[in-house]
Amino acid sequence: MTRLPAPDSVNLRDRYPDVFDRPLSSRLAIPAMLLGAFGIFVLGLVELEFSPARMLAGLNQLGWITMMMIPPDPGSSLPAYLVALGETLSIALLGTTLAAIFALPVSLLAARNIVPSNIFRFPVRRFLDSIRGVDTLIWALVWINVVGLGPFAGVLAIAVSDFGAFGKLFSEAIEAADRKQVEGIRASGGNTLHEIRFGLIPQVLPVIAGQVLYFIESNTRSATIIGIVGAGGIGLQLAEQIRVLEWQKVSFLILMILVAVAAIDWISGKLRFAIIGKRAVI
Amino acid sequence: MTVAVSMLPEQQLAVLNDAYRKAVARKRLRLTLATAVFFAVLVIAAIGAEVNPGTFVNKIGNFVSYFDRIATLESGARVWSDTGEWFWGWKKWLALLGETILISYVGTLAGAILAFALNFLAAENTSPAPWLRFAVRRLMEFCRTVPDIVFALIFVIAFGLGPMAGVLAIMIHSVGALGKLYSEIVENIDMKPVEGVRSTGASWTSCIRFAVVPQVAGGFASYTLLRFEINVRGASVMGFVGAGGIGQELVVAVRKFFYSDVSAILLMIIVTVFLIDIGTGWARGRLFGKDARS
Repeated sequence: MTRLPAPDSVNLRDRYPDVFDRPLSSRLAIPAMLLGAFGIFVLGLVELEFSPARMLAGLNQLGWITMMMIPPDPGSSLPAYLVALGETLSIALLGTTLAAIFALPVSLLAARNIVPSNIFRFPVRRFLDSIRGVDTLIWALVWINVVGLGPFAGVLAIAVSDFGAFGKLFSEAIEAADRKQVEGIRASGGNTLHEIRFGLIPQVLPVIAGQVLYFIESNTRSATIIGIVGAGGIGLQLAEQIRVLEWQKVSFLILMILVAVAAIDWISGKLRFAIIGKRAVI
Repeated sequence: MTVAVSMLPEQQLAVLNDAYRKAVARKRLRLTLATAVFFAVLVIAAIGAEVNPGTFVNKIGNFVSYFDRIATLESGARVWSDTGEWFWGWKKWLALLGETILISYVGTLAGAILAFALNFLAAENTSPAPWLRFAVRRLMEFCRTVPDIVFALIFVIAFGLGPMAGVLAIMIHSVGALGKLYSEIVENIDMKPVEGVRSTGASWTSCIRFAVVPQVAGGFASYTLLRFEINVRGASVMGFVGAGGIGQELVVAVRKFFYSDVSAILLMIIVTVFLIDIGTGWARGRLFGKDARS
């Protein structure tokens, strides 16, 4: 076995000064950033009135609440809860479907390969962005003012806030589509609508279907909370039971939500694989 | 130049055409059936959600006029004609917006620290024991499936009204969401450095510290910034249930029909969310190059 020559450290130091003598600024950059982040964290704790005493008292209280939650028990209102759960699922399904139907044409306008002109695309994109900037709960509040309390306001709230999200996601899917098929349609004499119908839609439909299914799933969660402001569904029951401190019913309702979300998760997973095959959804 | 298109003889063509038509017919039948089932489900859902197109048509005018009303001052003038009057409470609202951002910052960071501690126990390749992995995974699933505002409702009762409940709710939700994403990154790492460190006789913690963390730190930071962005939106509605931030003011303004206040607060929230989006997008671009911006 031959011995390796000893490394010539003086020479190496000369050749790679960055490795051996990193300037102080780059050595301190990461600790300084971490320290800064931690500083803001502590400042936040002080500013938001955290104190060990409050924390202990709250945890004690939380312990009691958890004790009172066991065992979960719906009492005599199980039928009402099942109806509310059905309402929640309906809100999620209808809201997402409405959003997808309205978002598809608008997303064409926001896609670079359909509308090349920046002047037309920019306002559409900003419009979608500002819709997304407002939370679903706020939209629910607005719609309650318009169509009154009840699940219909919830459907409209989910439809509007998802419209913004879908518009963006669909337009990204369209921009990622392959140009060649569109060019093929044009070469055989098709007009713009033909290009979209036969060149683009077959490519983007599976992607879009996957996204819609994913949103139905995540909207089941959102639909459970819009009831808190009065827009129907199981959230309404949940908020009421929390306010009157019926902890056993609360834990039962939370369990119901968990089971429903898991079920929808499973179903939409199956459907997604049936539509797009076994590959990752982007 | 003429090109001869070769045509198959009639008999062969008929067989091929038949097969093609059959395949298409089967596909169409499946599509029609699926559409029919989907519409049936939609109709049932519409009945369940008390959808009433009549109400919608009658009240859609309200929706348009609502935006008209929130764009009008009490004096009847348009809001933008008198900015001072429109944003009369800007000092209070800015302070509350600051509180909202602080809530989401503290909540995200605390959640990220906890998720960092837990995710190595949940990832398949670094978990010390299967039962521990199972338990941690279920815990994180629970944390992210229950919406943060439900936690906030319960915490408001346990910890009292105020931003503390909001921070804790956001923290718990972030532990669940980030823990899952973190453990997925850890499952995708290159295991060779881990084996290298392990072969020197290092303990589990040393393996994590010197072989896993350097590989995943960038991905973790990127997801944490993304979560912060989402949590700012979440924190803006925490006030609806009394858990601090700007939401309290907004819900009061909506319920008491202070129209111009609604538009002022909404505008401030939208602008803040925009700025945070742009800021975190920029930070992610700076830290991890362009492709990390998804």
